[in-house]
Amino acid sequence: MDVDADDIFRDDEDDPDAQHSLLEDESSKEYVVYLVDASPKMFNTTCPAAEQDQNDETHFHIAISCISHTLKSQIINRSYDQVAICFFNTREKKNLQDLNGVYVFNVAEREFLDRPTARLIKEFDHLEESFSKSIGSQHGVVSGTQENSLYNAIWAAQALLRKGSAKTVDKRILLFTNEDDPFGSIKGAVKSDMTRMTLQRAKDAQDLGISIELLPLNHPNEAFNVSQFYADLIGLEGDYLVDFMPSATNRLEDMKDQLRKRMFTKRKVKSLKFTIVNGISIQLNSYALIRPTVPGAITWLDSITNCPLKDLLVQCERTFICADTGALMEEPITRLHPYKNQNITFSMKQLSEIKRVSIGHLHLLGFKPLSCLRDYYNLKPSTFLYPSDEPCGQNHYCSTVSCYGCHWSLHQLNIKNAFLCGYLEEDIYMEQPFGFVAKRSIFFAVGIVSQGTDNSMCIFIALHRKMIQLNRFAVAFGGSSSRPQLVALVAQEEVIQSGSQIEPPGMHMIYLPYSDDIRLVEERYSDSSGMVTKASDDQIKKAADLIKRIDLKGFSVCQLTNPALQRHYAVLQALALAEDDIPEMKDETLPDEEGLARPGVVRALEEFKTSVYGDNYDEENEHNTGEPTEASKKRKANAEFATKECENYDWGELADTGKLKDLTVVELKYYLTANNLPVSGKKEAIITRILTHMGK
Amino acid sequence: MARNKEALLLLLDVGPSMHSVLPEIEKVCSLLVQKKLIYNKYDEVGIVLFGTEDTDNELTSEVGGYQHVVVLKDIKVVDGDIVEALQQLPRGKNDGDFLDAVIVAMDMLIKKFGETNKGKKRMCLITNAQYPIKESYKGTKEEQVTTIAKQMTVHGMRMESIILRGKLSQDANKGIMDENDRLLNIFSKETSTRLLYVDNPISLFGALRTRNITPVTVFRGDIEFSPKLKIKVMVYKKTSEEKFPSLKKYSDKAPPNDKHATRDVKVDYEYKSSEDPDKVVPPDRRIKGYPYGPQIVPISSAEWEAVKFKPEKGVKLLGFTESNNVLRHHYMKDVYAFLPEPGNTKAMLALSALARAMKEMNKVAILRCVWRRGQSNVIIGVLTPNLSDRENIPDSFYLNVLPFAEDVREFQFPSFTNFPASWLPNELQLEAADNLIKTLDLAPHGQQEVLLPDFTPNPVLERFYRYLELKSKDPDAAVPPLDDTLKKITEPDGDLLLQNRAVIGSFCRSFELKGNPLKKSRRLLGGKRSFSSVDVEGNITAQPANLIENASVKVEKIGDLTPVQDFEALISRRDGPDWVVKAINEMKNKIFDLVEDSHEGDNYPKALECLVVLRKGCILEQEPKQFNDFLRHLCNFCREKKLNSFCDYLASEGLALIPKTEAIDSEVTDDEARSFLVKSESKVV
Repeated sequence: MDVDADDIFRDDEDDPDAQHSLLEDESSKEYVVYLVDASPKMFNTTCPAAEQDQNDETHFHIAISCISHTLKSQIINRSYDQVAICFFNTREKKNLQDLNGVYVFNVAEREFLDRPTARLIKEFDHLEESFSKSIGSQHGVVSGTQENSLYNAIWAAQALLRKGSAKTVDKRILLFTNEDDPFGSIKGAVKSDMTRMTLQRAKDAQDLGISIELLPLNHPNEAFNVSQFYADLIGLEGDYLVDFMPSATNRLEDMKDQLRKRMFTKRKVKSLKFTIVNGISIQLNSYALIRPTVPGAITWLDSITNCPLKDLLVQCERTFICADTGALMEEPITRLHPYKNQNITFSMKQLSEIKRVSIGHLHLLGFKPLSCLRDYYNLKPSTFLYPSDEPCGQNHYCSTVSCYGCHWSLHQLNIKNAFLCGYLEEDIYMEQPFGFVAKRSIFFAVGIVSQGTDNSMCIFIALHRKMIQLNRFAVAFGGSSSRPQLVALVAQEEVIQSGSQIEPPGMHMIYLPYSDDIRLVEERYSDSSGMVTKASDDQIKKAADLIKRIDLKGFSVCQLTNPALQRHYAVLQALALAEDDIPEMKDETLPDEEGLARPGVVRALEEFKTSVYGDNYDEENEHNTGEPTEASKKRKANAEFATKECENYDWGELADTGKLKDLTVVELKYYLTANNLPVSGKKEAIITRILTHMGK
Repeated sequence: MARNKEALLLLLDVGPSMHSVLPEIEKVCSLLVQKKLIYNKYDEVGIVLFGTEDTDNELTSEVGGYQHVVVLKDIKVVDGDIVEALQQLPRGKNDGDFLDAVIVAMDMLIKKFGETNKGKKRMCLITNAQYPIKESYKGTKEEQVTTIAKQMTVHGMRMESIILRGKLSQDANKGIMDENDRLLNIFSKETSTRLLYVDNPISLFGALRTRNITPVTVFRGDIEFSPKLKIKVMVYKKTSEEKFPSLKKYSDKAPPNDKHATRDVKVDYEYKSSEDPDKVVPPDRRIKGYPYGPQIVPISSAEWEAVKFKPEKGVKLLGFTESNNVLRHHYMKDVYAFLPEPGNTKAMLALSALARAMKEMNKVAILRCVWRRGQSNVIIGVLTPNLSDRENIPDSFYLNVLPFAEDVREFQFPSFTNFPASWLPNELQLEAADNLIKTLDLAPHGQQEVLLPDFTPNPVLERFYRYLELKSKDPDAAVPPLDDTLKKITEPDGDLLLQNRAVIGSFCRSFELKGNPLKKSRRLLGGKRSFSSVDVEGNITAQPANLIENASVKVEKIGDLTPVQDFEALISRRDGPDWVVKAINEMKNKIFDLVEDSHEGDNYPKALECLVVLRKGCILEQEPKQFNDFLRHLCNFCREKKLNSFCDYLASEGLALIPKTEAIDSEVTDDEARSFLVKSESKVV
């Protein structure tokens, strides 16, 4: 079987959303400078190890392993992003401005700020061993000197981020430190001077469109105090819409977790209008929180030169040829479907019109109890909805005020408000909200485009809260334009665990199947078997005992990595670095055999087995597997017959004298069947197969 | 193809009580046959009607009786004729006896196929079962039905019944309906088929399976709990998207009169070298490369085969966990169903015990699945119990695919609790939301759930097949509008909205009013966001009271008789600031009414009069945009509704948009204003 990794991972579904976001990734790049404090304090402070047999880990180690981990996922997911790794409070110096105490780590064939390469990752992994020799740690800010290593570090990072326009590129500095008071060792005017200078430096950087983010590490006994100095530096005050601010950590896992979350810059899929009732609609952004990750798209290479074919995007040229005349043609715009011995043709325009069954994005139809959302109502990954928080401009919140024949006087008064008070810009437009096109009653609406998110947010929160409280989900019609469909909107409460957000608050849009998509397999089953029995109470109790025994405590969906993907990248990394052996990956998805072999579990299993199967489980199972089906009986009989028939011929001689071709295909097939060879193909192919098998 | 060939008899009740739903039945049945024409064109279909005025069937001529049963189409391979017959079913005049029809249908199937075609003989009964069946000569009705049902099983026939209830049936004798339900249930049990009750037209559409797909196992083998405990199961797809048909590319190169032209388009792919764009690289010189950072790593298929991940086939249990550890939105793909191996009672029992225990304890199981040998990825899935409440269906499980760590993007979103108080809903608003959620209930207690996915058809596919049929008759047919019944899927139910107008109104009100004062305060502060909650609350309480008062007391309408005068009176009233807008809006409504109700243009002059006076009013009140947008909208509306003649009429009468020269606020130039209608006219043609 020709294996194409693309096909395997994509499975039978290809998700337009996923592809969409893939494209986005290339257009919106990110430049990141990892700024790591390398002061002796980072080496001296250790974190309590998670388990007894492990050594304590230094803060420096935690920072380094996090970055290494992130680099590996970056090279896979977002290899267009550029990174630089920069240490400060170092003995040696290496940077563009030749500043003291700042060392930019790099490898060959790479600029300071560049796309991550396989070599960078590999050498970075071994950096810790050689760190003290090649870079060295040193107290940066010491009383009596004018050196300000933090200032230098931010300046160096800013210089690294000079390339690229702030408009098209997200520029970030991620600062790892465990020193909440960098100027604590000095006093007086010098201190305030240094503090002021450093803050000014940071502000300058921020003015240039660089965001500075802090990843603080806790001392075992003393929590990292952000307000001591860093709150000013990263500009925590002021903005209401700061994303969730994680608290400082002292465990490697937490840190990794936080960095991983930081690395995903929120990218919305699209913004859509959610009409709640005719009169009120809110602006939402949709996000793809869960999408299958696939290995990067394949590129065809010339196997001799290893050069990519043509340019990377348009690798192959398509030509359209008319099957009847052989004439070359443009890409046809007409499609056909055979029906009743005719070819029915459709123009692309007609096809898109057929699919357009509703205007507008998302329209509320009603609410149902959560118990109505059955487990089999699912087709593809869900989409997350959160009220649009973008400032006015392109993203308005629209409230559509409507007046029907029956006149809702109040609404008209609202229009009055809008017009007479003049808060609103001229952004008044008219549209016929869908839902009333077919109705006899004449209807039109005046939409008032207001600015801001407050109302949108308020409505969203009110519905969100009440839906959770009442255990309901909303049913709406929407979905993508290629497949409009019913969706369930399930409100999700915010979940915070050990200082980081596990589930964001918002609504998940679950795509519901149509009756055409649901198969009645259970009912079909019923006609093929005789009696149906349900388990007895005792059997259920035994099953319950078993379930209690094999319990995955605190299971969470993102615990397991995809072994196929891990393997794929392990292979790529090894090949990219021209290493000979590929490291064995641990398949995390295998069951815990040791755990299952524990006596308690085994006992529960045995009891359950006995209660259902009685004492003769093995026989039962043997019996079942041994029992041949209709088809296999037939096949067996066939084979026996063929073997018997086969003995009537002297195949060796027939082959030697070239008389095989005088036999009929049926006769030839006796040989094939008797020898377990495939029986397909034309006579010549069959003869060749026989000869090959006989070794002639 | 022929192996799965099915013979289907449609048993349709066309009695008087069914007349109101017959249009829906016509649509869904013809859709069923249309799909057969595409996907199962060797299937055979026949139509038996009952409740007809006439009688026409073989049994009546052979043995007598069986009145008011008509064999409309004998069983034959599907063709356009059957589609057309189904599109115009005759309306009957008698109350039908479904049992008679069933017997006639059985007779037809037996005569045509005898013992052959076992399991592929299907009947589909659609009736409201409101009228009693005739008393049998010997034994009770129950016994008679049981005998017939047994006969069906012997001959390998199956019958599914779709019974119309609720809104779809009229008031009828409850006793008779109950009796009929009992009788029909015997059929369902004996032939183990579906008996469905539908109470709205959408469900009727969805209840009849228009396409039969034979399920294929994804996996058959063991669920391995441990090497010592394995349970035999069959895994099927439970959901799978029925895609929009993929259409072929059409070539218009062959001469139009060439009957044998395939009209196919072949697509040739050519890979070219980057150094020499004219050189084609042959397939055997191509090698796949995967990106790794800036590098592209070449790997040949053979190499890849040697090093790739090769999991062993099998389904293994990782463990059980609390059901709330897996959230609903984590489900990734279409769903699988795990059923016990047929005929394996122990496996059925084992699954049943586990399913029931899991349900009781609120647990789910996590499985690792590799369906096929040679598959190069694994699936982690969550197994949830599906308890059966029917005695002929075993307990089973559903499996949903879960994401891996790589598939989850952990975006962070601001907590709602961190927002300023003015963004958060107040008590009143929460209550309004509460009421809205409770009243817009799609699964009211004691009633059938509305828009149940299992009964909701795909409106796009329905529309496509209908269009296909239309086009087969007239190649130039326009895309038909969405079926009115199916509009209930894409739009909120008008009745539901109307019933709960008060709740919706108060919902709108409680959120509407909050916006304006906020904006005001913002504007005052030079565009900066300000969230002074005191200010906001003060305004909220102050405004609504007088607004409501104003509105409810003094509403005056533009009448039908003298709209022009009414409008002028309204717009010139100065006792309230809102009259201008009110007048404009009323007038717009009026104009719409006039245009839409117009019969061959008889209202056009009156509508024009209104438009002229509206235009004047809008100029006077400095509301040119109101008028301009309205006129544009009106013209679009007319074009959509095939009322082009009105636009033409306006153009001929010289009505124009309000240009800047007439009202300073207008954004329309003189030229634009004059050419607006002229242009749109030419566009339409």
